[in-house]
Amino acid sequence: MLTVALIFPELLGTYGDGGNARVLVERARQRGIDANLVVVGVGEEVPSATLFVLGGGEDGPQGLAADQLRVSSFASRVEDGSFVVAVCAGLQILGTTFCVEGRDDYPGLNLVDAVTRRAKKRAVGELAVRVKGRALVGFENHGGTTTLGAGVTPLGEVLRGRGNDGKVDGFVAERVWATYAHGPVLALNPWWADEILGAVLGVSLEPLVTVADDLYEERRGALKV
Amino acid sequence: MTWRYKVARGAVIFVNRLARRIGRGSGTVIGGRVGLAISGNLLTDLTRDRTVVLVSGTNGKTTTTAMITAGWGGNVATNATGSNMVQGHVAALADSLGNRAVLEVDESWLPETIVATRPSVVTLLNLSRDQLDRASEVRHLAELWREAVKNSPEVTFVANANDPLVVYATRDGARVVWCDVPTPWRLDAASCPRCAQSLRFSQTSWECECGFAKPSTVDTFTDGGLTVRGHPLSLDLALPGEFNVANAAVALTALSVLGADVPSALARLNGLTSVAGRYAIRKWGPRDLRLILAKNPAGFSAALPLIGAGELWIAINARVADGRDPSWLYDVPFEQLTGRKVICLGERRLDLATRLFYAGVDATVVDELDSLAVPGAPVTVVANYTAFEQWRQRTVEC
Repeated sequence: MLTVALIFPELLGTYGDGGNARVLVERARQRGIDANLVVVGVGEEVPSATLFVLGGGEDGPQGLAADQLRVSSFASRVEDGSFVVAVCAGLQILGTTFCVEGRDDYPGLNLVDAVTRRAKKRAVGELAVRVKGRALVGFENHGGTTTLGAGVTPLGEVLRGRGNDGKVDGFVAERVWATYAHGPVLALNPWWADEILGAVLGVSLEPLVTVADDLYEERRGALKV
Repeated sequence: MTWRYKVARGAVIFVNRLARRIGRGSGTVIGGRVGLAISGNLLTDLTRDRTVVLVSGTNGKTTTTAMITAGWGGNVATNATGSNMVQGHVAALADSLGNRAVLEVDESWLPETIVATRPSVVTLLNLSRDQLDRASEVRHLAELWREAVKNSPEVTFVANANDPLVVYATRDGARVVWCDVPTPWRLDAASCPRCAQSLRFSQTSWECECGFAKPSTVDTFTDGGLTVRGHPLSLDLALPGEFNVANAAVALTALSVLGADVPSALARLNGLTSVAGRYAIRKWGPRDLRLILAKNPAGFSAALPLIGAGELWIAINARVADGRDPSWLYDVPFEQLTGRKVICLGERRLDLATRLFYAGVDATVVDELDSLAVPGAPVTVVANYTAFEQWRQRTVEC
């Protein structure tokens, strides 16, 4: 049984980020795995879940989401074994501090040693990252530059776009994946969705051929990666 | 008027006619650019002796602009081509006589357009996510508007009282006429624009614990029939959709503020059957197509209930004018289409087909348009901005 909890889509869902939760649930179901999607609204208790999905959001909502998660059971549930996939503002929230309008050291959840500062220029455009030899494709739109602590592993090397700092993107930690590729990055990269799903479920998954594979190949071609 | 103004205005007209003659587009932007290069004040000069209405908002700009123009009647300058930045404004005005103008304005251009044109009325329809790669964040637009409203005490703002972001932008205006119109899209105002806490929505209202709330008195409303500033009107639009009721209510309110004859304006609005190629039945080879423009999640949500029987084709592009990032497809409630078969078209048809797959909707990707040009059932084509333009050009009005 897989329970995917989408966290505060009304705050962290600017770019269709809810798609990631839907993709994971649907790819599990297509293989006959019992999976359900739980939407966690602002002010609601963070429930027990196999996997939490965090999306991107604007400054005010991002700060509020961090405040609400800080006083919730989110961190303790992650320590107890829940997994996390986070994109964009969600990535920043998992880190040490991030920037919002008027404040440059807004406290994150400190689950990962990652400090986000204000970049000189907004990064808006296609993002491609080499993850274990494969190209992850997506789109980024953020104003941050994120520095990882010494022991933190980035998700991969940036092939196109900025990601954290123009060199690497995101991070991976135990049971945590994060990238600046916002929105439905798991829809664009079915292989990465399956890699996450496989790790979460602790099984090796049957291949699942869908139109998403054609989309991935088309985007790789368009991004020349 | 100065010689510079005369030369600049003449250049706009000349260059645009030339552009149209040699087939370089609809001829609005390039002439505008040339004219503005000659006189930077051209927009101000062109509106100096005119009564100006500006229309802005994420969705409904083109239709509301057409409604105000039609409702006002007579000779009204307007940017009917949808070219809604300064070049398009200059082009529309240079080529038109008469002392009235209705201009559709891109949301991010609104503040400087207000300064340049000194409008009598500005209508603010709604704000929601759209082309975020260009506009970055919706709340940023609300802040821009808020400054513009504060700095324009002489302007009457006809504003949607049901859209929290519009209310946030407008509530401190000196002259505001509130319209309580259908605004089903709420995802961008789930958290309070003032304090970021959750807004509480009821059937007819919304509020935040910080005190920010829907205006308690409104001037125009559609609940229980359209009433514009105290006058009940029998609205019977030929154009479909609840969102067009909202557009009409705002248009008629603007016309009432301008002192226009509202009953005759209403009759002209009711008679509109098509705006910029939308809604009317068009011919494409042997097929009958109805084109619907939907370019963002709010627009798509409003368009999905309008889809009739017959075939459904959806066309998605992601060019600069569309926003280069089609992530927003995941914010559209395509699950509503479960049980229907969708033909996926446009340059980003694979993005659409993937989205529909995850929505559990039967989707077919068609690479060769010719295969569709065979006799068959009537078709509804829902397309985003540049995809819509391609379909408009491919088809002819019946």
